[in-house]
Amino acid sequence: MSISKEDVKYVALLARIHVPEEKLEGFTKTLGDIVHYVEQLQKLDVENVKPTSHAVPLGNVLRADIIKPSLTHQQALSVAIESKDGCFKVPLVIE
Amino acid sequence: MKLHALTAHALLDLYRSGKASPKEAYEDVLERIKAVEPKVKAYVHLAQNQPEFKGEFQIPIGLKDNLCTKGEEITCSSKILKGFHSPYDAGVVEKIKKSGGSILGIMNMDEFAFGSSFESSCYGPTFNPWNLACVPGGSSGGSAASVAADEAVWALGSDTGGSIRQPASFCGIVGLKPTYGRVSRYGLIAFASSLDQIGPLTKDVRDCALLMNIIAGYDKRDSTSVNTPVPDHTKALVNDVRGLKIGIPKEAFAEGLDSEVRQAVEKSVELLKTLGAVVKEVSLPHTPYAVATYYIVATAEASSNLARFDGVRYGLRATPKSVRKNALVDMYEETRSLGFGDEAKRRIMLGTYALSSGYYDAYYLRGQKVRTLIKNDLDVVFKDCDVILTPTSPTVAFKVGEKVSDPLSMYLSDIYTIPANLAGIPAISIPCGFSKNGLPIGLQLMGKAFDEEMLLRMAYTYEQNTEWHLKKPTLD
Repeated sequence: MSISKEDVKYVALLARIHVPEEKLEGFTKTLGDIVHYVEQLQKLDVENVKPTSHAVPLGNVLRADIIKPSLTHQQALSVAIESKDGCFKVPLVIE
Repeated sequence: MKLHALTAHALLDLYRSGKASPKEAYEDVLERIKAVEPKVKAYVHLAQNQPEFKGEFQIPIGLKDNLCTKGEEITCSSKILKGFHSPYDAGVVEKIKKSGGSILGIMNMDEFAFGSSFESSCYGPTFNPWNLACVPGGSSGGSAASVAADEAVWALGSDTGGSIRQPASFCGIVGLKPTYGRVSRYGLIAFASSLDQIGPLTKDVRDCALLMNIIAGYDKRDSTSVNTPVPDHTKALVNDVRGLKIGIPKEAFAEGLDSEVRQAVEKSVELLKTLGAVVKEVSLPHTPYAVATYYIVATAEASSNLARFDGVRYGLRATPKSVRKNALVDMYEETRSLGFGDEAKRRIMLGTYALSSGYYDAYYLRGQKVRTLIKNDLDVVFKDCDVILTPTSPTVAFKVGEKVSDPLSMYLSDIYTIPANLAGIPAISIPCGFSKNGLPIGLQLMGKAFDEEMLLRMAYTYEQNTEWHLKKPTLD
C-alpha cells in the first residue's frame, strides 16, 4: 500500500502539525518509503501470537495515598510560557 | 599530568593516594573542553554551577540533553523545548549528585533521540573525534564524542534502539544499555516508554561497571522500574571466559555488513575462543523484521509521548499570523511545526498513522505481535547461551550529511541494536578494531534480562586481552 498526499495531510491534522504545500511531496515520499518497508510484517503469520506491549511483565503499581512534599506551585509555574493568577495562561479559546 | 585523559577508576586511585584532587581533575577537563570543543561540538552548554567537591565518586561527567537537571536548560536538542529550565532532577541525576559527580554540562543529541546519524539536533551536528568529517553516531552522539575526545571522563546517554551502543561503537568507547527497568527513567524525557533506558558511556569496562553501580536501582517514581537487588557490578570484572557459551546468530552476518566490520568481529570471536569460550552458531529467524517492528512500536509511542509539547505550558509557543482553523488549534499547529524538525515530524506522523483508525490492527497490533516473536527467538537462544555476539553497527561512522535525505537507510543501520530494546535485555558495545581509514569498530554482546554481570565479565576479559580501548584520537 502506498501513501498519498491526502493521507499525509490527514495524519498531519491528527498530529497537530502543519505541513506546508512545499514540504508535502517530501514527506509523502519518505513516509511512503517507510510504510512500504514495514509492509514486510504482513508476510508473517501472527494468528495465535500474543502482543507484547512491555518487555518486562507488568502489574498494576500502586502506592499508599500519603501526602508528601513535591514541587511547589511556584516551582511548577517557573517553566510557564505565560502565567496569570497562579495559573498557566493560554490563548483565548472560546470567543 | 593529563588528568582528562584518564579513566574514572584511574582518577579515583589518584584521589586516594593524594596525587590529584577532584578539583584538579574537573579543571583539567574544563581546559580540555576549551581546547577541543570548537572542533567536536559535543556540548549544548556547560553547567551553571561548579560542583561541591564532596562525595565518593567525584568524576567529571556529561549528561545527555534529555535528562532533567535542576536549573539547567534541558531541550532534547529541540527548538520546541527552548527555554525549559528543569525545576527538578531526574532519578539518575540525583544519584550522580549524591555520589559526588562533577557535572560538566549537557550533551548534544539527535532531536528527541530520533536518529543514528546525528543530523537533527537544533544546535547543529557534533563531530566524530576520530574524523571530524564523520558523524559520532546517535542519538547519544554528544555523550559518546565527549568521552572519546576526553572532554568528559564518562557520560550518561539513553538508548531506545541503539542510541548508546551505536555512538559508543562509532567513537571507539564502551556503551551499555541496561535491562529495561534496571535504571530509573524518572526525569528522562520520554521517546518510546517501553524501550527507553538510561545507561553509561565510558572509556573502559571497569568504568562502565562503576557507573552502573551508581545509577542502577529501583525508583518508585518510575512505575516500570524493577525492584530486584542490584549487584556490585565490579565483582563481575573477572578475566575468565572459560566454558562460557557465546551464540553467534547466522542472520547477523548476512548481506549489508561491511567487510572490515565483519573481519574485526570474526577475529574477536576467534580470540574469545582461544580464551576458552564456547562458540556456537544460533538462529534468530525474526530479527530481519526487527527494524520494521521497531519503527512501528517506537514511533507510535513517540507520537503519543510528544503530544504534550503543544505550546500550552512550557517551551516554545508560536503566535499564528493568520487564522487557519481556530485560535487554539492554529497555536498548536504553528508551535509544533516551528518547534519540531523534519525527522521529529516524520516520526510523529508515522506513529500517528500506525495508531490511526483503520490501520491500528495492520500496523501497531501486528508490530506488537512480531515483537513477541523476536523476544521468543532470543529466549530460545538464551536457554543454551550466556551471551549473543554481533557487530554493533553494520558499518563504521559515515560522513556528515550522508543519510539526511534517506531516513530509511539510516533506520537500517540500527539492525543489530534494536532487538535488545524490543526484548528489554541488556547489551553492551565495546571497541574491537579499526577500519583502514582509522575509524573505530564496535562489538555487541547481548545478555539475559538482569544479567549485566555476564556482559561485563566477557567484555572485561576481551578488553584485558586487547588494546583497542587504549587508542585515542588525535585532536591537537
